[in-house]
Amino acid sequence: MENILQHFSGSLNNYIILCSILFAIGVMGVLIRRNIIIIFMSIELMLNSINLLMVAFSMHHGDPSGQVFVFFVMAVAAAEITVGLALLVMIYRNTGSVSIDALKNLKW
Amino acid sequence: MDQLFFLILSILAIGSALSVILTPNPVYSVLFLVLTFFSIAGHYAFILGAQFVAIVNIIVYAGAILVLFLFVIMLLNLNKREQYKKPFSSKIVGIVCGGLFILSLLAAMAGYQSNEEMIKASSADIGTVQVLGKVLFNEFVLPFEVCSVLFLSAMIGAIMLGKKNLKDH
Repeated sequence: MENILQHFSGSLNNYIILCSILFAIGVMGVLIRRNIIIIFMSIELMLNSINLLMVAFSMHHGDPSGQVFVFFVMAVAAAEITVGLALLVMIYRNTGSVSIDALKNLKW
Repeated sequence: MDQLFFLILSILAIGSALSVILTPNPVYSVLFLVLTFFSIAGHYAFILGAQFVAIVNIIVYAGAILVLFLFVIMLLNLNKREQYKKPFSSKIVGIVCGGLFILSLLAAMAGYQSNEEMIKASSADIGTVQVLGKVLFNEFVLPFEVCSVLFLSAMIGAIMLGKKNLKDH
């Protein structure tokens, strides 16, 4: 048991693997779901995995700038989600649906 | 003990992140997203020792953004008649693309070897409010102020988009 646990210490390598998996789950969410709300949530998931990796690197190098960057990422994420959800309400009001299929006209 | 924490929090984060993208009901997705954010905040607080980022993560994400999500979902009154099914083949393609993405990321990182010791040991008090505040208001004052302009424009944009008829005003 102890030997197995040794592999899961909070080292930088483990955080790189964890954040890659979380980021890829976010990418998959964008690709396989059709509901715009879920797509926004997947984008939030990707931003959070980047935040986690940035804090891990900041702690690894002993440099607080990485954690200050996390605040800016959070600020941009909050602003983006506000505008995105307002757009979503607008789309729902005009098309009566929150599926990205409602925006097919943008393809051409 | 720390290893056990890391393992539990990682499994919790990955499992709830998978649940976010796999549950059909958007409300459950939001609740699983809360769980993901709490486990990431647990990583910040217990393993990395970044207390301030942990608290801000909980306040901003679980407190503000997810409440916004829930409000929008309840405002839209989505009923069951639309299930937003994608064709099965495109789901397979999405999952394969995500898997290849993980593989390429891990392959790019494969040569990198950090020292295996815990991260927290080398840097004890970086995550405190005092240190972060000094950095934020010395080196990053200009981006901080630009952020406030960004929030103002986002707020105005959301209000303008949310109005029923712009021509009436």
